[in-house]
Amino acid sequence: MSGRIHKAAPPHTGSTAYINARIVDPTGDSEYPGAVLISDGKIADYGPSLFASGAPYGIQSVDCRGLFLAPGLVDTRVHTGEPGEEHKETLESAGSAAAVGGITSLVLLPDNEPPFDDASLIEFVARRARLIKLVNMYAYGALTVGLEGKELAEIGLLAEAGAVAFTDADHSIGNAQVMRRALYYAKAFNALIVHLPQEPTLSGGHMTSGEMATRLGLSGNPPLAEVMMVERDIRLAEMTGGRLHLAKISTAESVVAIAAAKARGLKITCDTAAPYFALNDLAVGDYRTFGKLVPPLRAEKDRLAVVEGLKDGVIDAIVSDHRPQDQDSKRVPFAQALPGGVGLETLLPISLELVHNGYLTLPRLFQRLSSTPAALFGLPGGRLAKGAPADLVVFDADFAWKIDRTDLWSKTKNTPFDERPVQGRVMATIVGGRTIYSDDGFMATAEAA
Amino acid sequence: MGLPRLPHLLGIEGLTPETISGLLDLSENYIDQNRSIDKRRDLLGGRTVINLFFENSTRTRTSFEVAARRLGADVINMDVATSSVRKGETLLDTAMTLNAMRPDAIVVRHGESGAVNLLAQKVNCAVINGGDGQHEHPTQALLDALTIRRRRGGLQGLLVAICGDIMHSRVARSNIHLLQIMGARVRVIGPPTLMPTDIEKMGVEVHYSMKTGLKDVDIVMMLRLQTERMQGSFVPSISEYFHFFGLDHAKLKFAKPDALIMHPGPMNRGVEIDSEVADDLDRSVIHEQVEMGVAVRMACLEALIGGRRNALVGAVA
Repeated sequence: MSGRIHKAAPPHTGSTAYINARIVDPTGDSEYPGAVLISDGKIADYGPSLFASGAPYGIQSVDCRGLFLAPGLVDTRVHTGEPGEEHKETLESAGSAAAVGGITSLVLLPDNEPPFDDASLIEFVARRARLIKLVNMYAYGALTVGLEGKELAEIGLLAEAGAVAFTDADHSIGNAQVMRRALYYAKAFNALIVHLPQEPTLSGGHMTSGEMATRLGLSGNPPLAEVMMVERDIRLAEMTGGRLHLAKISTAESVVAIAAAKARGLKITCDTAAPYFALNDLAVGDYRTFGKLVPPLRAEKDRLAVVEGLKDGVIDAIVSDHRPQDQDSKRVPFAQALPGGVGLETLLPISLELVHNGYLTLPRLFQRLSSTPAALFGLPGGRLAKGAPADLVVFDADFAWKIDRTDLWSKTKNTPFDERPVQGRVMATIVGGRTIYSDDGFMATAEAA
Repeated sequence: MGLPRLPHLLGIEGLTPETISGLLDLSENYIDQNRSIDKRRDLLGGRTVINLFFENSTRTRTSFEVAARRLGADVINMDVATSSVRKGETLLDTAMTLNAMRPDAIVVRHGESGAVNLLAQKVNCAVINGGDGQHEHPTQALLDALTIRRRRGGLQGLLVAICGDIMHSRVARSNIHLLQIMGARVRVIGPPTLMPTDIEKMGVEVHYSMKTGLKDVDIVMMLRLQTERMQGSFVPSISEYFHFFGLDHAKLKFAKPDALIMHPGPMNRGVEIDSEVADDLDRSVIHEQVEMGVAVRMACLEALIGGRRNALVGAVA
């Protein structure tokens, strides 16, 4: 059970047909047996009747043997160590991990060293991504200078350089005046502001408040710290008319507050990360630092509310919140450990639990994973449409395996999902028509066909 | 009866009543030995115990050192303030280095909760938790239990109040576990800002007033106000804290007339306890606690590394 990265695959030219697939069409909210035709790196045609009478002559065809074919995942919350901490993750190692995970586009957080508060950093990322030739890589611009939450960064210049949205990453902006001005100012550029809602003065602890934190003797972050900031941000977005996207929703009360704001007609959107619907605070029992995240893993009732929020569409998108940390950052006492977990390679199998457990259909899941984040961030992939980039993932939704951190392609192995049994595995990842990753078993049979 | 062989002593949580009783029984044997002129036995002759203290502690470290020496072990005290730990070596590097010197037991005190558990995963000798952050301090709870048991004949059915800075106290957590495992009822008393979230889910009764909290209690355990662990303002002032939560004779009247007064030390006189009360020979067992500490730590060392020479442990090892 292993696969290969095909970094040297040439640009896609001519036509390739993916036949005998189960097509997942998120924007069409449908799923059916069918085929997809790719020409010169773009989707030329797709549907249930395409090649229904048999494989096409004269063009390359890939037999998907009944596996699912969907738009590749668009992961809008990824941190790598490049530049600054290349020993943790480079753009290339992150690109490989993303490819293995079926992610075809990712958006890089700006909290590197140096932070992306200067246009040259955005251009650096774009240039590196072109050279690496794996998945599409975009970058956030910093919302404030040095991510310090004080002075606005050069939002307009960063946008011109290619920043697709603005955020201070895991730093929440405590100063309401700064947040208000950011939302106002960004309107001039129709820029999306992504904010992690955590009241900073209440978020100094190391895990979520409650019985577990009390037993372990660790200081806690109350879930309240999130909903307070959610409610403030909703008011500021309403007042300014700025485009606000709230990141990593993790509590039941936040889901309620956002649902109410949406019901009032506000154009607010939000996401959650895979750990918040798949894990609760028991995962940090026995001081497991791989479960130390920002925000902290919450109680079971909060996890269930996040699942319901995804089901109802209150939560629009799912992100990996990929954050590599090395041994020196994690093999220390819990309070000293740096937060974060790698997530690129586990995003799809963990998210498929929502389908296997009956909360979401596959098309709805791929709205959260692909089409909605692409639309929010204005990215070209993430959907099935004639003329759209051929960014696709072939996957076996039922393939049972166990996550093993030692098998990860990421440079660091800090997954909170180690040893978790999952169902669903990526068989091939296609970016711009190029197959950049394939499972050994899949490609051998598919090409022989 | 025999004790189950413990690989480590990391905390009270999860121990059985039989294990706790067994350790206390074993401790009783050492009280007389410690009071006699010849205090030394050769039970741990040839064995090495390392005291690895990342936090300053004269009392606990000395107690462990005396305990190990009286059992004939070689004791090494790691002075962390002048060691390579301060030069950037990680906790686990230190653990591996010490482990390579083949000690039989390491006693660890560390300022972070869970640090001792982490270290125990990396060494192949016995590890005794000498206090980790705000998590546990198991030998303190055992010595408190021994003190109470000798004064009251047992723990079952007693009502115990733990008073003061519950939030920052590993002593409180270990005692809450132990007392409840042994059938005592526990109240915690203190200002709400020093109560950890959901502490009542650990089975204790929460009181914000000494008057209601001390009513009918058999044992009053005072805790040190740990100002060094506090960031920001938890209480307005020391004098206000003492006025409402410091133990003096007036507040002690709310408890049973023969209630015992305990304190893990070191005491802040005039902060959480009045000198008159602390030095009251009829009520205060604070010095007895220190004496029991040596006996309990001898018992813990015997149970963990006494090996085949120890018939009690050997029978079940």
